[in-house]
Amino acid sequence: MANVLTFTDRGIYCPAGDFHIDPWRPVDRALITHGHADHARPGMGRYLSTEAAAPVIRHRLGDIALDTVRYGEGRRIGGAQVSFHPAGHVPGSAQIRVEVAGEVWVASGDYKVVDDGLSEPFEPVRCHAFITECTFGLPVFNWTPLPELRAQINAWWSANAAEGRPSILGAYSLGKAQRLLHDLDPAIGPILTHGAIENTNAVLRGQGLSLPDTTLVTPDTRAKDHPGAMVLAPPSALGSAWARRFAGASTAFASGWMALRGVRRRRAADRGFIVSDHADWRGLNSAIAATGAERIFVTHGYTSVFRRWLSEQGYDAAIVETDYSGESLDAPDDPEAA
Amino acid sequence: MRDFATLFTRVDQTTRTNAKVAALAEFFATAAPQDRLWCIALFSGRRPRRVITTTTLREWAAERAGIPLWLFEESYPVVGDLAETISLVLPPATTEEDHPLSHWIDRLAALSQAEDDSRKAGILAAWDSMERTERLLFTKLLTGGFRVGLSQKLMTRALAQATGQDEAALTHKLMGSWTPRTTSWEALIEADDPGADLSRPYPFYLAHQKEPDADLGPVTDWFAERKWDGIRGQLILRGGSHHLWSRGEELMTDRFPELARLIDYLPAGTVLDGEVLAFSDEAPLPFNALQKRIGRKTVPKRLLAENPVILMAYDLLEDAGRDIRHLPFAERRTRLAELVATAPPGAPLRLSPEVTAADWAGLAAERARSRAVNAEGLMLKRRDSPYLAGRKRGDWWKWKVDPLTIDAVMIYAQAGSGRRATLFTDFTFAVRDGAALVPFTKAYSGLTDAEFRQITAWVRKNTLQRFGPVRQVTPEHVFEIAFEGIQTSPRHKSGVALRFPRMSRWRRDKPVSEANTLDDLRAMLDAYG
Repeated sequence: MANVLTFTDRGIYCPAGDFHIDPWRPVDRALITHGHADHARPGMGRYLSTEAAAPVIRHRLGDIALDTVRYGEGRRIGGAQVSFHPAGHVPGSAQIRVEVAGEVWVASGDYKVVDDGLSEPFEPVRCHAFITECTFGLPVFNWTPLPELRAQINAWWSANAAEGRPSILGAYSLGKAQRLLHDLDPAIGPILTHGAIENTNAVLRGQGLSLPDTTLVTPDTRAKDHPGAMVLAPPSALGSAWARRFAGASTAFASGWMALRGVRRRRAADRGFIVSDHADWRGLNSAIAATGAERIFVTHGYTSVFRRWLSEQGYDAAIVETDYSGESLDAPDDPEAA
Repeated sequence: MRDFATLFTRVDQTTRTNAKVAALAEFFATAAPQDRLWCIALFSGRRPRRVITTTTLREWAAERAGIPLWLFEESYPVVGDLAETISLVLPPATTEEDHPLSHWIDRLAALSQAEDDSRKAGILAAWDSMERTERLLFTKLLTGGFRVGLSQKLMTRALAQATGQDEAALTHKLMGSWTPRTTSWEALIEADDPGADLSRPYPFYLAHQKEPDADLGPVTDWFAERKWDGIRGQLILRGGSHHLWSRGEELMTDRFPELARLIDYLPAGTVLDGEVLAFSDEAPLPFNALQKRIGRKTVPKRLLAENPVILMAYDLLEDAGRDIRHLPFAERRTRLAELVATAPPGAPLRLSPEVTAADWAGLAAERARSRAVNAEGLMLKRRDSPYLAGRKRGDWWKWKVDPLTIDAVMIYAQAGSGRRATLFTDFTFAVRDGAALVPFTKAYSGLTDAEFRQITAWVRKNTLQRFGPVRQVTPEHVFEIAFEGIQTSPRHKSGVALRFPRMSRWRRDKPVSEANTLDDLRAMLDAYG
């Protein structure tokens, strides 16, 4: 049987529908899983995304020809039947289901199976072939259960507030920052945000998402006017001149990589909260099993190890080279912070 | 062990020294005496003996985690710490028990005697009863390694805070060969007689490297001597017995049996600070002569004859049973010279000669000749300085000779461990030999974090081949390798071995064609080997 999707140097391609999914070079027609910079790039002729992902994509890419669909709504594109399904990664993120002549393939973009309370929860889609990331495709990555994570972050914030220190928490501007906002207990103190995060907050609030009140940090902001504050900033802002106004602050990063003590210590932050918008080891395995797929393509992450593991589990697994980056480990330069 | 795990977490999750010390001090104030003692032991390098090989431990952990061994092995270099890898892959605890730290250490001792089957059952049951941090600490004890990023110095400071005792006095009390099984909290910490243990050494005084342009005032304030290239040691002669301690608080008495004769020549109640040197015909031999003696617990006669050692005496810490560390260096030195002079010429003891010069330029010239006399540089000691404990600035400086350097090509890379896990930090370097590249050294340090991140990203994209954790990379980057010495080595492909190699500069300006050659390396061997 012909392949429903193929892998080209521009991205994932559907010959029957003549479109690409999350291409990294200019193409005529691009279906976009979500708004992160390595998946939604400028320069495409036409774009298609979910309604919920569209505002962020427009905000980032400007005036583009963007068409939208609802989750689960079918679209016919050439010889392919296409639909978008929640990926649980960030608000609006989708897996893209493509069916051609009864053969179903799913490109999942980035996903997590845990319900973060903000993103549309991940929905397993039955398919013959499943394209999956494996950023955290090693058995050492197992995320802290959400109630425990919330308790940890709020306890850290409370303790700092009690000592009269600000708390600075480093998190990506789209997705991570908002789900953390959702987890914070506003009764502890005021919540301040870096501009890169506040921009995304404004877009998401504009489409009806409910987030706690936040105050934008401006050049005039002084730490002593906001005692006990929680400051949310992109990781790259920690340790920068921007952060210096919060002298004596306790610092923390929120990332899946914080599961590793070595990485946590290297970042020289006081705390590392283990939280990711990508699936952990068990999440990857359960998501893949739930698709019922026999063929698995692994894109970014620990691809060679994860492929071998899947092969031993009886899957027909292969590695696909892509330009996706997942959750970056050491590059403190957050593409979204710019 | 929950209180110990809480202590570890509190220390681990802050970068503020005061917060670390406060957490430790609280533990010392609240934990049971035996747990306090073990805490001191663990953070001063007194670990219980390893119970089990790490190979077996990996197999059991993989089995318990339900993953194949190869997957465990792939995960380990990413985490960079064996005990942590185990604690991360194991399923959550099934029972909840809390036993004191000392209970688990006793349990380990019992398990080390047990049959294989019951040892395995015991360890799996222990893992099953612990949350992740306890499991990490317990597994670190199992593997016999307990480096967790907390220095003995911080631990001692916390102990001083908790007990109200002087930090230097406590440092002294913690020296020597005690273990929690041979002493008690009462005897070690509360008792007020540091001389009770005949073998107990004084804390070593360590110097910082002199800044190149430091102004140290009049040269006459300073005593200069060679920084000999041997093993720093403290020789203790008390009550008719002798003990030789290394700077790392390791007992080396039996490795250098010739020093036993000094009991006959020097009075009891004498403690010397000096350098153990391979020595022949009134001159030190190169370091590799001593190297043959290191690591040997007993010494064959032939080696004793070919590579005899002496103690090159630097300082006198105890005289006639009296601690004289507070006296000015000049006075201690005078007394030391008198003592050494009483020993016969054949005794394995020399007085480290003073290096004199009329001015700083003269001393600099003496420093420049260090390699010719098999020394590493000069030591500068203020003539009125007391003998302090630990690494302190101000009164003592080491003034090492500039390192040798060679420009080499990076050909293999491997990820580091601990704090450097997931970063490529361990490299193999080669020199050119015609069109070929001949590997000759590894180096791990010298680059900034930012440079390590850059090179890591580059290695990921420029891997030619993988051999387990080692990646062969495109020969493209040239680094200046600095090192302290060079000698022939039949064990290395290139025929040379370097001492303390490290990356001193990333030569982005140099293409591979301008890296040094094997002939250059051999010329250095001829000149300095």
